[in-house]
Amino acid sequence: MIKKITSRYEFLVFMVILIFSIIIGLINPNFFSLENILDILQNNTLTGIFAIGMLIVVISGGIDLSFTAIATITGYTVAVLLLSHGSQLNIFVVFLIAAVMGTILGMVNASIIYFFKIPPIIATIATQNIYYGLLVVITQGKWLYGFPSWFGAFVKIKIFSLVNANDVKYGLSIVTVIWFAFIFLGWFILRKTVLGRSIYALGGSEASAQRAGFNILRLQLFVYGFMGLMAGIGSVIQALLVQTVAPNSLVGKELDVIAAVVLGGASLTGGVGTVLGTVLGVLLLAVMSNGLTLMHVPSYWYKVVTGFVILVSVAAGAWRKRAISNKKVIIEAE
Amino acid sequence: MADLFLKLSNVSKHYTGVTALDQVDFEIYQGEIHCLVGENGSGKSTLIKIISGTVQPDDGATIEVEGHVLHDLHAIDSIHKGIDIIYQDLSLFPNLTVMENIALRRYVAEGKRLVNWGELKKIATKAMARIDVSLPLEALAADIPIGDQQLVAICRALTRDVKLVIMDEPTASLTKKEVDSLFSVVLDMKSKGISTMFVSHKLNEVLEIADRVSVIRDGKMVGIYNPKELDDEKLTHLMTGKKLEYTPFARTQVAGEPILELRDLSRRGLFHDVSFKLFPGEILGITGLLGSGRTELALALFGVNIPDSGEIFFEGVPTKIDSIQKAVELGIAFVPEDRLVQGLIMNQSVSKNLTVTTLDDLVNRFKLLDRKMVKGRIDKSVKDLSIKIPSLDSPVQTLSGGNQQRVVLAKWIATNPKVLILDGPTIGIDVAAKHAIHQIIRDLAAHGIAILLISDEVPEVYNNANRVLIMHKGRLVKEFDEMDSTTMDEIQETVNLTA
Amino acid sequence: MFRKNSEILVLILVLAGVLGLMLALNGPSFFKLGNVQSMSFQMPELGVLSLAMMITMLTSGINLSIIASTNLSGIVMALIMTKLAPDAGSAPGVVLLALLAGVLVSAVIGLLNGWLIAYLDISPILATLGTMITVSGLAIVFTRGYVISGFPKEMLFIGNGMILGIPVPLLIFLACAGILALILGRMPLGTRIYLYGSNPTATFYSGVNNKAVLMRVYLISGLLTSVTAMIMISRFNSAKADYGESYLLLTILASVLGGVSAAGGFGRVSGLVVALVILQIISSGLNLFGVSAFMTVALWGIVLIFVMVVKHMLEQRAIRSVAR
Repeated sequence: MIKKITSRYEFLVFMVILIFSIIIGLINPNFFSLENILDILQNNTLTGIFAIGMLIVVISGGIDLSFTAIATITGYTVAVLLLSHGSQLNIFVVFLIAAVMGTILGMVNASIIYFFKIPPIIATIATQNIYYGLLVVITQGKWLYGFPSWFGAFVKIKIFSLVNANDVKYGLSIVTVIWFAFIFLGWFILRKTVLGRSIYALGGSEASAQRAGFNILRLQLFVYGFMGLMAGIGSVIQALLVQTVAPNSLVGKELDVIAAVVLGGASLTGGVGTVLGTVLGVLLLAVMSNGLTLMHVPSYWYKVVTGFVILVSVAAGAWRKRAISNKKVIIEAE
Repeated sequence: MADLFLKLSNVSKHYTGVTALDQVDFEIYQGEIHCLVGENGSGKSTLIKIISGTVQPDDGATIEVEGHVLHDLHAIDSIHKGIDIIYQDLSLFPNLTVMENIALRRYVAEGKRLVNWGELKKIATKAMARIDVSLPLEALAADIPIGDQQLVAICRALTRDVKLVIMDEPTASLTKKEVDSLFSVVLDMKSKGISTMFVSHKLNEVLEIADRVSVIRDGKMVGIYNPKELDDEKLTHLMTGKKLEYTPFARTQVAGEPILELRDLSRRGLFHDVSFKLFPGEILGITGLLGSGRTELALALFGVNIPDSGEIFFEGVPTKIDSIQKAVELGIAFVPEDRLVQGLIMNQSVSKNLTVTTLDDLVNRFKLLDRKMVKGRIDKSVKDLSIKIPSLDSPVQTLSGGNQQRVVLAKWIATNPKVLILDGPTIGIDVAAKHAIHQIIRDLAAHGIAILLISDEVPEVYNNANRVLIMHKGRLVKEFDEMDSTTMDEIQETVNLTA
Repeated sequence: MFRKNSEILVLILVLAGVLGLMLALNGPSFFKLGNVQSMSFQMPELGVLSLAMMITMLTSGINLSIIASTNLSGIVMALIMTKLAPDAGSAPGVVLLALLAGVLVSAVIGLLNGWLIAYLDISPILATLGTMITVSGLAIVFTRGYVISGFPKEMLFIGNGMILGIPVPLLIFLACAGILALILGRMPLGTRIYLYGSNPTATFYSGVNNKAVLMRVYLISGLLTSVTAMIMISRFNSAKADYGESYLLLTILASVLGGVSAAGGFGRVSGLVVALVILQIISSGLNLFGVSAFMTVALWGIVLIFVMVVKHMLEQRAIRSVAR
């Protein structure tokens, strides 16, 4: 039983997080403070939510580079509505509008990929450019801010609250709880629904999925639509956290999200990946980033360290795969 | 007398310019094991696609299932009628467990939304129990041997009330043991009233298991036969319309030093303690049942399966062949069994496929390909081997099987090899082309090239080799070197005994 | 032969059509010398970068790190020049040293990509994503986000000079295109690249050293990014960590429009060149007509999808006419 847990990839990631944490904690014990941990969670909620959507896309054998553009569009839409009709709205409606819009834009991706048979990487690079281009043309690149006070108040809600040494309140942010909810949803879909298992099947072999009578169109619409949904939800969370909407605030985030999913053990060729792994991947990047900050390493080092960790982990993963398959050939033949 | 399960009448299928099926009748009884045999391109695949509902026949066809005439048979209908088709690739999901591979299809078909893992396990276990097999439910499909994967596909069919299971070339990659296992499962299904339709070109297996055999040739149904009245030769004759006659092979005396010698060559799990000599100008035949290690051994000589122990002597010198480049450098060439994936780059031109092995020889002093040299080399290959091509730029997939194989041979002959290894060189090739290729092989030997001829078909090996080696489970079990005083039956017997 | 040439003919027709459209929108002033000249200064940057993308797509791969590699190469060159020749002016030796350093950096990145993909069997998307993030991170570390500017006049000549009336960048691009065309069409490596892209297994069994082919492909791709960097930083007289981010889509678009198959194995430099001319004309024409840069970006996305759909439909037609 112990062997079963320790041989899993997620365990390795967990150990790496643990080792990093210990090193960081030794240098700066503030790392292990509850306030810091809750802070880390809140700061990475956005990446975390996006990553759940990306995980499902990657498991299906695809990829999506357009979700930041989708998120920026839904963010702007919501912001415009808040600025014009703010007093008539509430948080649920705002989330709903963003979610629906994001889902529709995601389904556009799915349709392009399915009906025109364009590889997902090319299709989503194309839609990313279309969405961003049109967005900037329509919004003139203006930043939006000045949202109604209830919008600012919502994000301050904490599930439990404590006071630190400087008399500053901190606690488990509502926003983080929303992330937890989606972690559960993602796990449930992938593990407990036929839809989820069908997505794994599609990622494992599209040809076999077709032969088995799976409705590929329906699966694609769900996969990319769900990514769009996460993008929409994420955009509202982003707006809540920084209380502004800007056209380029999410540029480059795709890389962090894909990196987290890959570090968590998902394979870009499809069929493999777990929610636990993805969450660990997000945490790994989070711990690294927080660690660098706490160790007073200048912020411009962050990207290179991330890239290096990705390369090393991907290379190690590839080595491990080769070792396993070499062993397998011998066993099978005997 | 059992009832008819399926009856097809007057089934035709035309594509632009090609007649795939011409007024074909077909029938299968409940609980019957019926084999459909035919060469590549005979229309077998089209027929099963029509039965499984993925392709629609032309107007005028009648399809009856259990006595009811159907107006249309689409994939979803055939599934409902209890027809399940297992393609050669098995259509499994390598990343899912055995349990899911067996049970998921039914789950989806029943429109279930939530997964109950306990229930999945029950469905899978029940299916396995129906044919009395036990497979590791938690293992990933990619991690179990091919024989077990085959059984997973069958269990998947058995999760529903299946009445007819169609299997397309099911024994292609199975060992003898796995084939026996499969056959006992099929017989078990028969006793439970489930019909099985085998599509196969492995004649000896067909004759072993079938209740009846249908032969299809060039889109027409030749007839339905009782396997007891057939033998290999008759069946080949029906399938091809021609008699395959082997011209007598004037066996030259083999003398001198061996060009290649193996001593106790072993690689864990693939072959053990293999020793033999190969002489220039000789054709050494290697045969044995599938799984005997023939191809694996050949790949050791080609730098792919590097041996763990033992020695290889090339021209008397101990040599380590540790890469394909090294093998080619030495002068060893290899024509693989799988022409489509390993032998040729299908969608690329004839000229690229012909020159791929000798590109470095065709350059001028600026390291650029010399157009004249390239054209000269290509023209020579085409002429020497009488390759029929529409043009040099046509993709090789537009060539016939026989011509494709000639391209493979030509690309290797161009390297002036000293040793040519041929693995199943005439598989899937029609009779006339087979003949021609055998002649090419003999000519090559006459020119002093040492040839290793590996084949499934004992007649092919018997009629073309100076000596014959029999392999079984990775070992050499017998050598026949007095070929003129050996009969083919003797060799066939020895092979059969290794079963 | 006929099939390949007919593809080029179609492209030339498209070119003629696009020219006509731009003329209609802008009038004959479109052909002003100044306009043509500015187009021929702008296009080569994208052109050399597209060559870098194209060669990897031929092997059924992709190189997401080309822009990061270009930037880092440019930054290294810029750092050397500004540190060793801070007064700008004339410093041919320093410029040469800087160019060599830039080439070396791009070569290392290219070899790293090649190693990850060929020897560790990592998918090109993943490998080049990893190098992209790392290289881009290094660029940030080297520049702290600042712009590095002020280069010697020999460097400025590369991106802004003219020889016999022809802009130097255009000459550089044509030279690169010519060399790549030579490699692909007249060298053994070229044939091996095409065959590998279509079927790595059969190519392996034919004695081709697949790993060596991939290493060379990603090395060449890397080297081309340093050439791009030379042109780019010269034109801007500066280097920065995030130049050219919008180019990625365009390099893929140019390759696909130029006949490169997304699955690998097919595509010629001549097609890519015509495609680049078409894209440049559209870009300049729209710009002159007053269309905003962002609208153009959105348009490229639509054009890419459109081109892929058309290619897909043509391919389906071709298959149906040959099939049984």
